[in-house]
Amino acid sequence: MTKNIILVGVGGQGAILVSKVLTAGLVKAGYDVKMSEVHGMAQRGGSVSTQVRYGDKVYSPIIGLGQADILVAFEKMEAVRYAEYLKPDGVAIINDHAIVPMSVAAGQATYPEGTIEAMQNAFSCLVVDASRIAQSIGNARCQNIVLFGAMTKILGLEEIDWVEILKETLAPKILEINLLAFNKGREVEA
Amino acid sequence: MKHLMTGNEAAARGAFEAGLKVGSAYPGTPSTEIFENLPQYREHVYCEWAPNEKVATEVAYGASIAGVRSMTAMKHVGVNVAADPIFTATYNGVGGGFVIVSADDPDMHSSQNEQDNRYYAKFAKMPLIEPSDSQECKDFIKEAFALSERFDLPVLFRMTTRICHSKSLVEFCEREEHEPAPYKRDVAKFVCTPANAKRHRPMLEAKLAELEKYSNQSPLNTEEINGTKIGVITASIAYQYAKEVFPADTSFLKLGMTYPLPMEKIKAFSKKVDKLYIVEELEPFMEEQIKAAGIECIGKELISNQYEQNPQRLNEEIYGQKPATVKVDSVAVPRPPALCPGCPHRGFFYTMSKRKDFVICGDIGCYTLGCAAPLNAMDSVVCMGGGFSVAHGMAKAFEAMGDNGHKVFGVLGDSTFFHSGMTGAAEILYNRSHVIPCVLDNSITGMTGQQDNPGSGENLLGEPAPTIRIEDVLKSFGYQNIFIVDPQDLTAMQKAVDDALSSEDPAAIITRRPCLLIKKIKHERGLCRVDADKCRACKLCLKAGCPAVFMEDGKAKIDAQLCVGCKVCAQICPFGAIE
Repeated sequence: MTKNIILVGVGGQGAILVSKVLTAGLVKAGYDVKMSEVHGMAQRGGSVSTQVRYGDKVYSPIIGLGQADILVAFEKMEAVRYAEYLKPDGVAIINDHAIVPMSVAAGQATYPEGTIEAMQNAFSCLVVDASRIAQSIGNARCQNIVLFGAMTKILGLEEIDWVEILKETLAPKILEINLLAFNKGREVEA
Repeated sequence: MKHLMTGNEAAARGAFEAGLKVGSAYPGTPSTEIFENLPQYREHVYCEWAPNEKVATEVAYGASIAGVRSMTAMKHVGVNVAADPIFTATYNGVGGGFVIVSADDPDMHSSQNEQDNRYYAKFAKMPLIEPSDSQECKDFIKEAFALSERFDLPVLFRMTTRICHSKSLVEFCEREEHEPAPYKRDVAKFVCTPANAKRHRPMLEAKLAELEKYSNQSPLNTEEINGTKIGVITASIAYQYAKEVFPADTSFLKLGMTYPLPMEKIKAFSKKVDKLYIVEELEPFMEEQIKAAGIECIGKELISNQYEQNPQRLNEEIYGQKPATVKVDSVAVPRPPALCPGCPHRGFFYTMSKRKDFVICGDIGCYTLGCAAPLNAMDSVVCMGGGFSVAHGMAKAFEAMGDNGHKVFGVLGDSTFFHSGMTGAAEILYNRSHVIPCVLDNSITGMTGQQDNPGSGENLLGEPAPTIRIEDVLKSFGYQNIFIVDPQDLTAMQKAVDDALSSEDPAAIITRRPCLLIKKIKHERGLCRVDADKCRACKLCLKAGCPAVFMEDGKAKIDAQLCVGCKVCAQICPFGAIE
């Protein structure tokens, strides 16, 4: 049975790094894995999505609407944007963090109120204050790995030693802080 | 051991294993990482960024004429630029194996159209290979080199965004060297005089007839017989989608070589099934040919030729099954791409945005984003290098209409200038229009992810390279007043525009400051902050269109994570509230 994960956020938030760690673990565990990411114009501060699929045999590298088992949103409004991709019984893991798009900054649109509540009314959700947690350990940029830590608990896959995978995939100079971020993410109560 | 890699990485690996000796390319999403992954094989492969796709194709073809295996790669619209040498190369034939990689972009993730470049294979009369995952990118490109040599033709290797940028598992092989024969001049083959072309014309048809025979036996075209009710003929990424959508007893004819189509094989397959579907992304390239051969099938009646496919969409189109989704009671506002926070060239567009009488003809790349609100500083973007020439055309039209009110600017980046902007700069001078050409020089090819170019001082291998100075080029053309300015200094930027406008002699503007994403440069970084007491909420700072600046609780605020301290907003603030 193929499992589908969609990671969404704003260009530059580190979704690609998370999918790199995630897929490294899945490959090591012996799964067939496919992953799809975006480059170019789509990366420039826009809304981005990365998809990871794993199972015994995976054909398509991408999914369509209503196919994701897990949605990981690095930004809360992006959770709403991609909610249609979740299966009705899928789980959303949401960073309780807003990044204001240009249209809102310029006063031409309003950032929607109650995005997290709306998601919680529709799906089973794990809300993580990843940005604040990352700041508390001294590096706001680690919010992606905090979120990843929280996500590994939802994933199951207890056979994968994620700490080992992080050691194998991350550059030495960012490893220590990210291991801390990962453990903080693991501590988040579902 | 298997490696999880993108199609682009795998294509580079495959070319290396195939004994590639010379490669030349111009970056373009989604093709860029193919050549970014070649320098790791530098001991065996010479690779470079050329100024544009036409040059890259000519370089690779030249290497082929000299006898070695060669490759070029580009995005789909790049093939339009490279079409001229390609259409002659098919008439002449090759020396060493010559592979042209076209990376198409269904859905226009990062492109201006979603042209289906498979038609180029039919149009220019060359074999077409289409991989459906990373392993096939690696394996099929090796077959492409062999085919090129066997049939004496360039081979079009067509990938798409989801082939290029999705990762799947790949097994490696060793490199196989292909020692070329000593070079011998062959005028009849490689000099495209009309007489030689006339002789080549029927030879090309004969090669295609042989290729079709080969296609019918090619190991790239495989049958999977699982039942007799439904048959699917498919290729490329659409194969992966079809495998997930059709029931287990569906038979497949999966094509890796899609031009010339293996029509005998297709006929035989069609007889084995009751109902035949053609599943292909974008245009009915295979379907038209299959229907023309009198084979009954279903394709574009159900499957759209617009945007990219995915399994859910295909399922809906074939079986009418809508996916179960849950409506969320909230609406996300759009988040279009924007110039990066601290983009050095924001100051240029901010300055241009203040004048309603300016007509600004832009170009492909990051600077296209000057069109976005609140900058709104762009009238047109057409193609690579088109900024100057489209501006010239508009200026001539305004002249013809007796309209003296519009001031026309052509705007492009440094890489686009070397790509095909220089000819437009010559045009403006030669045919005398009052266009001011502006080169926004960030010393790199930005949008595709920081690739070097003739103005950046390094080459693809990361070696120092001669820097061609844009101002020297313009000066040698005859631009007498060239205003070189730091666009982050708004006063200097305004002065450069005013001076260029009032110049009697031909004038050009170069705004120069490197892209902040260039890793090898140490950028000075700071942080701007709003003094809430001084802020009068006039919102003028928002006019910079910087993603880091926003309003909160009635005051301007700057996102400390995004801000790099370029101070453009601080220069705009009339109350000195930003420091």
